[in-house]
This record gives sequence, structure tokens and C-alpha cells, in this order.
Amino acid sequence: MSGKHDLVLSVNGRDYAVQVEPRRTLVDAIREDCGLTGTHIGCEHGVCGACTVLVDGAPVRSCLMFAVQAAGKAIRTVEGLATGDELSVLQRAFMEHHGLQCGFCTPGFLMLVTGVLEREPDIGDEELIDVLASNLCRCTGYQNIIKAVRAAAQELRTK
Amino acid sequence: MSVAGPTGWVGRSIRRLEDPALIAGRGRFTADLPAAHRVRFVRSQHAAGRIANIATPPGVLVITAADLKDVKPIRPMLHKFDYVPIGQPVLATDRVRFVGEAIAAVVAADEAAAEDAADAVEVEIAPADAVIDAQAALADGAPRVHDEVAGNVIVKGLIETPEFAAARAGADRLVRVALRSGRQNATPLETRGGHAAYDPTSGRVTLTCATQTPHLTRTAIADLLGLPEAQLRVIAPDVGGGFGQKMSLPPEYVLLVWLARKLQSSVAWSEDRRENLIAAFHSRDQHITLEGGFDRDGKLVSLSADVTANIGAYSCFPTTCAVEPLMAMAELPGPYDVRGYRCSARGVLTHTCPMAPYRGVSRPVITCAIERLMDRAAASFGMEPSELRRRNLIDRFPYVSATGLTFDEASYIETMELAVKHIDLAQFRARQKQARNEVRYLGIGFCTFSERTGYGTPAFAARGMEITPGWETVEIVIDPSGFVEARIGSSPHGQGLRTTLAQIIADEIGVEPRLIRVVHGDTDRTPYGFGTFASRSLVIAGGASLLAARKVRVKLAKIAGHLLEASADDIVLEAGVAKVAGTDRALPIESLARAAYHQLHRFRDEIEPGIAESATYDPPGTFANACHVAIVEVDPETGRVTLEKFLAAEDAGRIINPMIVDGQIHGGIAQGIANALLEEIVYDATGNVLTTTLADFLPPTAREIPPIELHHLETMSEATITRAKGVGEGGAIGAPAAVLNAVNDAIAPFGAEINEMPATPRRIRAALRAAEKRP
Repeated sequence: MSGKHDLVLSVNGRDYAVQVEPRRTLVDAIREDCGLTGTHIGCEHGVCGACTVLVDGAPVRSCLMFAVQAAGKAIRTVEGLATGDELSVLQRAFMEHHGLQCGFCTPGFLMLVTGVLEREPDIGDEELIDVLASNLCRCTGYQNIIKAVRAAAQELRTK
Repeated sequence: MSVAGPTGWVGRSIRRLEDPALIAGRGRFTADLPAAHRVRFVRSQHAAGRIANIATPPGVLVITAADLKDVKPIRPMLHKFDYVPIGQPVLATDRVRFVGEAIAAVVAADEAAAEDAADAVEVEIAPADAVIDAQAALADGAPRVHDEVAGNVIVKGLIETPEFAAARAGADRLVRVALRSGRQNATPLETRGGHAAYDPTSGRVTLTCATQTPHLTRTAIADLLGLPEAQLRVIAPDVGGGFGQKMSLPPEYVLLVWLARKLQSSVAWSEDRRENLIAAFHSRDQHITLEGGFDRDGKLVSLSADVTANIGAYSCFPTTCAVEPLMAMAELPGPYDVRGYRCSARGVLTHTCPMAPYRGVSRPVITCAIERLMDRAAASFGMEPSELRRRNLIDRFPYVSATGLTFDEASYIETMELAVKHIDLAQFRARQKQARNEVRYLGIGFCTFSERTGYGTPAFAARGMEITPGWETVEIVIDPSGFVEARIGSSPHGQGLRTTLAQIIADEIGVEPRLIRVVHGDTDRTPYGFGTFASRSLVIAGGASLLAARKVRVKLAKIAGHLLEASADDIVLEAGVAKVAGTDRALPIESLARAAYHQLHRFRDEIEPGIAESATYDPPGTFANACHVAIVEVDPETGRVTLEKFLAAEDAGRIINPMIVDGQIHGGIAQGIANALLEEIVYDATGNVLTTTLADFLPPTAREIPPIELHHLETMSEATITRAKGVGEGGAIGAPAAVLNAVNDAIAPFGAEINEMPATPRRIRAALRAAEKRP
């Protein structure tokens, strides 16, 4: 279990040289070694999705992946969604439709949906609910998350 | 009751001021702070027993009860209802009383090392007989959880009105129901956690923690460690939901402060999900038997109830474990007019995780019980459930209930009529009939209820609580640059209070909400207050904000009057400017602020320097209300329940921000649906928790929650100065009963009935198997 590995994690286009034990999860490496605390830990057993990040474009539970497995891959986190001060369409939609309350699950939902809409821009409303059922939110009852995501999908399609 | 368009900021769905940081991943939660040391707790694997030995690995700092002799046990107090005070040691001393109780704290440089070290600690426990179920704990000869509590009854109350016996004797018919609610975990998505840092300069410790009650947390920990409160600063940073679980004091936070002082360093603990599910506070777990006496017209004339609340192994601070049974006793009749009332309520100790408030506190269960009673009675009279309710709902205000509560003006009947109209009851009944012909089983369930909110000091004092919450204070300060800051004792954690309080203040002082910073969650920066729980913050901190803002307005008008050579009465404040009404003479607020600080000589001793006003509000309490309706389909082959639709017609008085109110109701309803159908903490017979992951304890996803349709009325009750009533808990209070009534309506053709939550497929199948009829 001991013995650290040197590796480079590419997060939001920036390289982070880190030394981690083989057992270190990707989420711990992102939070502790890269100092990016926008990605949250909710269960550490792959159910809640609060730690969802994109790895080579695919949504991944970063609590279920080891940091060493992510070396050489393009990792994206909530901190990388905005361009400078300009929020992404999805981030703006969450604010406009009150898709967040305490905000703890929000980064995970943003990354999940960002990944899915990039790959399937024409995804249907019902399939979107199946996608959203991947993650847990305890505050919103999902009503406004669904509204926000549908609005963002619509806006991105007409762009 | 009419809904007029907003003339100012209040009443508008403005975007939340909280969101920009959270949406960008720039929120600051407790676990985001770096610490020199990480703490891991070694927890009991036995429900009951004596600690025989604790063997610690060499070279590891392990703290046990033996190190904490100068730390007092947590011993919350109630001065009524035969309450027996019991203590909870910060770490278990000689005995353990539930699986998950902390026995030792292991300190290491990082989380992984702390976990390794904790795994190497060997605790030897001589197991003893455990009682898990409240009924078993009440049995003769049951093991005592605490030696000083005979029969394991830690609190009991009895109320019987003078009208009860005659009313019951004269009833046309008696209807009974026995309802059981399983055990819940509030399950905030952020688990609990704390970070304590020692400051060598001042000798103070700053505890940053996931709490709803920073000031009470400071009071409690200072008392337990024998410190002046000034030696401790408590910060609630961004908090990832609480729902009550973060209002009670975790023993772990006490240990963190003690440890930071001992090590003169920083220490942190992040609870993992398994710990949260087994050892953070649980809730519900009540058994209620009810008997309603009705006259021949379906009017409820007598109500008797017996409430048994499993309160776990210890009593939570600050409310004590009595909060559940005593609230049940006081509020069980709900919004129904009944003079003959009798209720006995008990809190029973068991070898299980301690109970604490969770969104709704008792009312999700008592509401479910009385709403089941109403549906059973309606069936007995052959009436629509809504018609029976119509005959019993309070319709005269103020109404003083059988238990002495004053109900302010509300819209019990009106919200129900609204719900019946929008759900189109007649059309549903036709559709239900048609579906039954196709061997499909649809059901509709109603729940009409009151949500007591804005509990002021007298309301809590009625329970005899040593710590009696009630009031809140708000300070509004305008600095010399003209920036407005409101400092509040409440401690929001997702409710959007920074936004809604800014809206209230904005309308008084004529400054846009986005230019008002609401500061909360820091005992060094805010006036003492009780925190955010019990649907109190918008009502109480909102009232205090209004009062403080009015004082600021008076002062700004006075300053402007002097500077503009006009009467203060003629000054109008709007859009950041003070102007003389009907003229073009005006000054921006920053000029007034500069003058108040830096040019006091211009005011001939007629104003105090600076602009800082404070106000406290302590209301009598108020009742919000709603009618919830659920439509379900039950598959009799599998017992699966599919929610087709959920509708709520609610009345929270004046709505400050409609978008935020809707969000609160949505979230509460989702938790209520989960209470009714999905979530349960399950113990085995020896006291082990079987539901230790989120794949076992089943919080709902977007798939399980149907579209929720909301309708609003706004009764302008005079019980609060903003005319707003609380709305934080109503969704969770009403939804369980609506869903359970709908399930029962769906399976009625089988002659089956279910009065246990959650109504899982297994339980529904059992009810159907036990039923005699085939439809």
C-alpha cells in the first residue's frame, strides 16, 4: 500500500505533477493534491455522484477510480466549466431555474450533464431523466434540475 | 388572500445571491480546509456491552475516554414531563450503548494513515443484551439502557381535556388506526465534519463545522470543556444540507476542539457515509395508535392517541430527545377541530443510534396517523375523503386548539378546494374505475395539514427546555463607503436566506439586494442567535431584518434631512439615493454614510456616529398550511408503487421569493415521498445496522420523484410582522400521508390496508397476501 508513484494529472488543461499511493482515489488526488475542492465527496461508494468529473469526455465517479488510472487522460472538473468569468450555458441555466440549494451535489450534476450533452446533444427529455437519475440531490426534489437541464439542452441545440 | 403583483423586491423570483460561488465550484465547505492532523473514530461494533480493553498500535496517537476526564458528558436538560437527564460521554467510557458509538479517536498526518491506524486499534467488548425495538425496551425485565432510567422511559406526557370522556362516550362511531414509521436518516449530501484550529497568539480555537447552529455549538462545547465562550469561535461555512441532522451537537466536534487545544495545532474529521448512516443522528421510528370518535355527520368529536417514540441510546443537545414525543402530543390533532382529546406520549431508550430532529420533527408521522384515520373514517361513512375533511377543518380564526395552541388565520379549506379542483377529482375517479376494469390499480391520497412555524420563545418554553430557542437578532451596518451588511444569528445552509433577507431589507432602505451582503455562520461576526431549523429563519430572522432595516431607514432619513435641509418625514429612499419627495434634491446613500462617520459635526449632536442598527424579533408562532395530493399506481403482483403525479396547494403567507419557496416545497415533498416508500434504516435483532450504503438506504433519484405541481395562496396573517409563514418543512410533513393514503386507495379493492412506512414492495405484498378479498 505504501510507495508513492510520480504521475502527471491533466486537469482542466493544466498539468499537475503529483506523488500518490496506488490506492489514492482520483477524487482525493483532485481535491488534496491538485487543490481543486469544487469536486465533492458524498459517499465514496459510487452511488451519489457528487464526485462526478469528466475523464476523456466521459462522466466518471472519481471516488471509484484510482488517480494512477487517470494519468495521461484529460480530466475536467467544475472549475473548468466557465471560460474566464463567463459561465457555461448549463451553469447559467442552473442559476436561472434554481437548480441548486445547498450546492453540494451541483458540481457532480454539472459535470454529468456537460459530458452527456457534449456526446448526445439531441438526447430526449425522458432519457435526460434517466441520466439525471445517476446522481443524488437531497435539496431540490430534482424538479428544477430537470428544468435547468432541459433549458440548457434546448439552448445548446439552437446555438 | 389575493395575490397582488410585487411593488418592490419582496415577492419577486430574483436569482439567488448564493449561487455564483457554488455554481463555479468556489463554495467553501468544511472538508475543503487543509489540516495538520486527520482524525478517525474507532466505533463500537456491539449494541450493548462493557469495554474490557482497548489495545492501541505503537507510535499512534489514540485518544480514549481515559484522556478526557476533564470533559463533561453531553447532558441536555428538560424541566418537565418526568424527563430523566442522562449523559453521553464524548467517547464511550466503560459501556457502549449503540453500534457506531465512538470509543477512541485516532490522530494521523493524513486520512489514509488515520484509517490504517484506526483499523489497528483493537477494542475488546464484553457484549450484553441489547434492546433495539421500543416495544421490547418497554417489556418487563428488559435490559436498562441507562441504569438511572427505570423501564427505559426517559420522558412521558399525558394530556386529557375535560370534554374527552363524554365526547367519546357520545360518539356515533369509533375509528381506529395503528401507524408505524420506520427509522430514517436525514442524509444531507455533505456528511458531518469539523476542523478545529488552535491560534497560538490568542490561545483561541476556531471550529469550522457542518452545523445549522454555530452559536449553540459554541455554547455547548465551551460548557463541556469548561472554557469561556470567547476562547472559541465557531464557523459554519457553506454547509451541504442539514435537514435537522446538523442542528444537534455531535460529540465528535467536542473532541476536535479538545484535541486542537491539546496539540496546539489544526485537526480535522470528515465523516464517511457509513458513519453517517449508522452513527449520525436518526429520526422518526414512532408507533402511534389513534382512535377517533365521530358523530353521525362525520364530525370528529373525540381523539385519543398513544405515541411511542424510540429515541435511541442518548438524548440530543439542545432539544433533548423529548422533542419528538412532546411535539406529537401537542400537535397531533393538526388542523382539525376537536375538543375531546387525550394523548399519552413516551420517549423510550433503546440500544440504537440517538434520535434528533429531522425535517418535520414528529409531524410527518402524526400527520400520517391522523390522515389515515380521516381516510378510514371517510370509508366508514362512504364519503369522499375530502368531504370528511371539509366537515372537520378549522375555519374560524384565531382558533385555540384542545392543546392550547392558537392557530392564526390560514386557508385549510381553501387550499383543499384548490387541490381538489386542480387534480380534477371527479375525472380521476372515473379514470380509476376504468383502470380497475383493466386490472390496474390507481389510487389518490389527500393530506391536509398545518405546519407550525416561527416558534418563538413561549412555544419552546412550554416544553420546559433548558435551552429555549425563540428569538433572533439582526444587525445592519452601513460602512463609510455606503456598503450594507446584515449580520444574522441564523445559519442558512441551502435555504437562500442571504437572498430573501436582502429582499426584505432592500424594500426598506432603497438599496438593491445584490448590494446587500448578509453575513451568517460565524460567531465572531454575527450577533448571538439560535440558527436555522424548525422553519424559523425567514419568519424570525426575517422579522428582525425588517425591524432593523426600519431603524436604518429612520436614521438615513434623519441624516438626509439634515444634509438636504428638509424634514426627515419628506425623505424617500430608493435606488440607493435619498431624495426630498417631490423635488430633485437628492444624495446617494454613500454620501450619507460618509457624513455619519466622518462629518459628525454637521449634525449638532443630533445623531449618533456611524450607521449600525440592531433589532430582535420573537414572534408568538404561526401556522402555514397545505393540501397535498398524490396519484399512484400499485402493481399487485410485485407491490411496486409508481407515482404518477404529486400536487400541493400551499399557503405560507406572504411569499418573499416565489422561486425559493417552490424549491423548498419540492425538496420537502421528495423527502416525504422517500419517507413513505423508500428510505429505512434497518437494524438486525442484535443491533447491527444493515443499511450502511446509499444503495441500501434508498434516497430517491430523479426517476422516483414525479412532476410536482404547486399552487399558492397567501393568507396575510397578522401573527408575523412580515406576514410570512415558514415553509421549510411542510413538504416533508404532508407528502408521506398523501402517498400512503393513495397506496391504500389503490389497494382498497383487495380489502387490503397498509399502515407502515416505508410502504415497500415487500410490505405491500404482505398486506395483499393477508387480505381476504379478490377484486
